[in-house]
Amino acid sequence: MVSVLIKIFGTENIEMAEDVVQDALVKALETWKYRGMPDNPRAWLYRTAKNKAIDIIRRNKHSRVIDFSDPQKQLLTSGYTLTTTMNNYWQEEHIKDDFLGMMYACCHPDISQENQITFILKSLCGFSTKEVAKSFLTSEDTISKRLYRTKEFFRKHKIKPKIPASEQISLRTHTVLSAIYLMFNEGYNSTHNDQLIRKDLISQAMSLCKSLLSVKRTQLPEVYALMALMCFHTARINSRLTEKGELILITKQDRSKWDKEFINSGQKYLNKAAFGEGLTTYHLEAAIAYEHCNAKEYKDTDWNKILEYYKLLLKIGNDPIVFLNQCLVILELKGPKEALIALKNVENNTMLKKYYVYHATLGEIQQRLGNNTKAIEHYQKAVQLTQSKPEKQFLKDKIAHILN
Amino acid sequence: MKEFMFIIRGGQEEYNANSPEEMQKHMEHWQSWMGGLAEKNQLIGGQPLMNEGKKLTEAGEKVIDRPFAEGKELVGGYLIIKADSLESAALIAKECPSFEYKCSVEVREISPLE
Repeated sequence: MVSVLIKIFGTENIEMAEDVVQDALVKALETWKYRGMPDNPRAWLYRTAKNKAIDIIRRNKHSRVIDFSDPQKQLLTSGYTLTTTMNNYWQEEHIKDDFLGMMYACCHPDISQENQITFILKSLCGFSTKEVAKSFLTSEDTISKRLYRTKEFFRKHKIKPKIPASEQISLRTHTVLSAIYLMFNEGYNSTHNDQLIRKDLISQAMSLCKSLLSVKRTQLPEVYALMALMCFHTARINSRLTEKGELILITKQDRSKWDKEFINSGQKYLNKAAFGEGLTTYHLEAAIAYEHCNAKEYKDTDWNKILEYYKLLLKIGNDPIVFLNQCLVILELKGPKEALIALKNVENNTMLKKYYVYHATLGEIQQRLGNNTKAIEHYQKAVQLTQSKPEKQFLKDKIAHILN
Repeated sequence: MKEFMFIIRGGQEEYNANSPEEMQKHMEHWQSWMGGLAEKNQLIGGQPLMNEGKKLTEAGEKVIDRPFAEGKELVGGYLIIKADSLESAALIAKECPSFEYKCSVEVREISPLE
């Protein structure tokens, strides 16, 4: 609803759009309280918002607050065409497009990824500033500042919410997908929260991706691939934590708890992703996740196949974290000595040195080699580097295990 | 480019006698006609007028409520557009949806400020 209104009023008037939605919701609550819920609450809300929008247009017809210079919008200024034009804005297929259009506007490459996600959560997912602040474990003040900066950016550059033209769509979708994936990961493996898994972020990320798949122009192979990847990860959610919220590694997860339905839909999405010529990181990551889901037991995991996928991934981009994950596969496949040799390649990488998984991996390797003192050193370093309580606990347990 | 005013008269009774569906269809004609003008950057603006009104005469001393004109003569709306000449403005006016209700359209060039 906000996206349609932003399209009408322009990105420079986002507050106006938010106010209309707010008013419509308040009015709905008041009216429904007495008269009961209407048969079609959605249509009711749309109609109310539409009428409010018409009022605002009438009031601002001669002011410069709203830019009516676009021919479509010019028709909003005349009584001959206001109603029909307004109704066109609220047609179901336009609403979908506007939602996506707003997503692309939020994911403008010149907006920082942090601000992109903040703005998406606030304007498209209906999070309050407080909820967004909670997701990022930061103050409401910081979030307000981020929102303000994005709004200023829209205003200054007169960004119009729209789905990019076909020659740009792949490039622009790339930014949108990384924002969605980052949001998903934040939900799946919360970096700074007491709760390791945040299902609200996960489901928002998935529904954003689904909405991209609902419109033909944005049904790109990489979108299907990301959707598949998220399905495979989500399938394992319920087995990742103990009842107390402690982390369970994939080796020890109860595979009967894995959600078959998610695995099946993931497979469907992955099949659909197999068109076009681009093999993206999402394709490969989804393929890896699928291999894990497909193995009946941990020992059945097809590590050779997974190693192949990692090699392909590293060909696409030399990402040190992917390399680190590959070392974990080597550890499974060829043992700790080989893994340690592989890790030597990245021992001077400054980014990895600050990444707790790097130290946790070294700890694991040393432990398997029987070098307990070294293993503990690495685990302790990893504990210092992670913010997440369940992960700290998990590492401390490992240390305790060695000492006993 | 010169500016012209279309003064649209009459048709209110015919219009009001219509079913909501017919009215909506009519409004869609307006939409596509004005939309076309807007696309070509020929539309400046325009509004339909309410039927109620007051007419002041004799230096404002005498005030009459409607009707100040027979239905056919009642101004129902106006439009201001851009065109090269009176002739091309008249050609545009020929497509005005108000003819569906037997309106008349008067095309007048707006006196340029000089």
